[in-house]
Amino acid sequence: MSPTPDLALPTSIDDTLSRLAALDYVADRQLATCVYLALKLQRPLFLEGEPGTGKTEIARTLATMLGRPLIRLQCYEGLDLAGAAYEWNYGRQMMEIRLAEATSDNTTDKAGSAKASRDALANELFSERFLTKRALLQAIDPANPVPPVLLIDELDRADEPFEAFLLEVLADYQITIPELGTVKATQPPIVILTSNRTREIHDAVKRRCLYHWVDFPDAKRELDILQRRVPGIGPALAAQIVAFIQKLRSIELTKLPGIAETIEWTRALMELDAMVLDPEVVQHTLGVLLKYQDDIVRMQGSEAARLLDQVREEARVAGSTG
Amino acid sequence: MLFSKNSPGRLAENVMHFARVLRSAGMPVGSDRVHTALAALQVAGLESKRDFHAVLSACLIDRIEHRELFDQAFVLFWRDPDLMGRMRALLLPKVNVKEGAQPPPPENRRLGDALFPHQPNRKPDEPEQEQIEVNAELTWNDREVLRQADFDTMTADEWREAQRLLSQLKLVFEPLPTRRTRRATRPGRADWRATLSAMARHGGELWDTRWRAPRIQSAPLLVLADISGSMSRYSRMLLHFAHALGHADAKVESFVFGTRLTRTTRLLKSRDPDIAVAQVVRSVADWSGGTRITTSLHDFNQHWARRVLTGRSTVLLISDGLEHGDTRQLAFEMERLHKRCRRLVWLNPLLRFDRFEPRAAGIQAMLPHCDRFLPAHNLQSLADLVDVLSAPDTGRRRHH
Repeated sequence: MSPTPDLALPTSIDDTLSRLAALDYVADRQLATCVYLALKLQRPLFLEGEPGTGKTEIARTLATMLGRPLIRLQCYEGLDLAGAAYEWNYGRQMMEIRLAEATSDNTTDKAGSAKASRDALANELFSERFLTKRALLQAIDPANPVPPVLLIDELDRADEPFEAFLLEVLADYQITIPELGTVKATQPPIVILTSNRTREIHDAVKRRCLYHWVDFPDAKRELDILQRRVPGIGPALAAQIVAFIQKLRSIELTKLPGIAETIEWTRALMELDAMVLDPEVVQHTLGVLLKYQDDIVRMQGSEAARLLDQVREEARVAGSTG
Repeated sequence: MLFSKNSPGRLAENVMHFARVLRSAGMPVGSDRVHTALAALQVAGLESKRDFHAVLSACLIDRIEHRELFDQAFVLFWRDPDLMGRMRALLLPKVNVKEGAQPPPPENRRLGDALFPHQPNRKPDEPEQEQIEVNAELTWNDREVLRQADFDTMTADEWREAQRLLSQLKLVFEPLPTRRTRRATRPGRADWRATLSAMARHGGELWDTRWRAPRIQSAPLLVLADISGSMSRYSRMLLHFAHALGHADAKVESFVFGTRLTRTTRLLKSRDPDIAVAQVVRSVADWSGGTRITTSLHDFNQHWARRVLTGRSTVLLISDGLEHGDTRQLAFEMERLHKRCRRLVWLNPLLRFDRFEPRAAGIQAMLPHCDRFLPAHNLQSLADLVDVLSAPDTGRRRHH
């Protein structure tokens, strides 16, 4: 990173592309357009796609690029307000009640003042002092010096009631706490939502967002990503790996390997000091690449060797003509 | 450059027209999306056609299924940005394009209809046929007979009456606890928030613990119906059944398959069961044709299971299981399906024969991978099915 990082919002699509690339995130132009629009229009960005295609990574990269803190909310079934937005600190509230009792016992109180102190206590108990802020509330806290990047990860894992709650946050960047009132962000955070599409997200959520489907990268971009993410890899091996993975994605597997698996696999191969791909080393490392037993069984033996032959043959042809 | 920046009025008009085309092709593009798109175009997207495409797709699409339709519409619509030319195209049955470039026929039928609504070869929608209500009350005895009657051999009147009885079934569904909670009166989990606010109201003097308990929801249901020739009537009744369930409080997904798989969830949403089932029948090309169970199950497992099945789902598979060919593959797909859901109930009308034995290779391949194997050929069997579905699962429970 340069000594004085430029933390302003990007000024164009090309600027977005190059600044993401400077942080080793190689986006395609469509994604860069969406990111640029999301920043410019202050809209949440909804990213859908296969696992391991860099959806979560874009939020991290954006946070670094703009010098903002990253607040991540991992979704899961049953995620509720207490886990996502805020919770009252019951222990401290309880203590406060006991303290109030102790002090009121000491004073000789009349009926009127007893009622007044009760009201005061009720007000006091549900004030900001006793509020535990979770990710969503942190993200829109007016006290934030800079608006953060809010990553709502794997929204498809949460259930529908949670989506309904998100609507207020996404549309107005505010949360209403019944006991306290409405908390509204002075400057809207940058919101990235991701989904692996294990279920359909409700239209009402999508309507408030810009939408982008993150595809597997093409060979050229994948090679670029690989060389940036795994420095020190030989160009021959990198080209072979990418060609092999691209071939693998054309086969009907239960779970296709994403770019994350490509990187993992490359690291594994480098650990094993492999200089080129050969059937044996592919055999031994399939578990890094494929995560379903059915897929592994399918690729074991002749199938992987066949793909590898194809890759070699194509490389040879390309080499002789080029 | 596609448009000059000094004529934003026309651009807005064009984008609106484009949105209208998308809408009539079946994409839900609201006017707020058009607004967003116009706002977005103010900041980017006018430099090149590619960026223009990127901006519009970011703002107007909200699911991957629509991307192809969008791309086709984009190419067709913005090929010739001249408004008058396109207005002509919209009004005339034939497109006039400059200099030879013959437009490819619109690949998508809906899109074609949307872009060129006045083409003569387009058939008007057939009016829905109203079913005549039959009010003839049957005696108890008749009903008993009807309950046992086979769907396949029913007369039209009996069929209608059977449907009516079906809609009267009391549909209770297997209750499953969720991870969400609701207020409760009985001790369980303490509701600290309610407890403390109650205490605060009384100045901390009164300790009145409030409680919460897990919220209960009925298990989601998925119907996979074989609609090949021999199965067609049973499947039809099961679709009626699924429709009734969907309008009780269960979440129902439905698919039908013959030679290929079709998702019919949306079609079954229609309130009237006859219209809903008729819609399904009309939309499926191979109703009462042949069947390819293995490929259909494979298609489901590969493309849909991850999206529509949860670990809580009950799957109702209705099929006779008479698959020829490689049953090893069939067993594999059944196992995959079984592992993805909570309960797999196989309904097989062949069970109506008292002496039925599962000898066929296809049935033998599928049988080990289902939790229940039940008949579904008459009302009585469907009523029994409701009992099975509503009972808390006492069978084996999978651990993930």
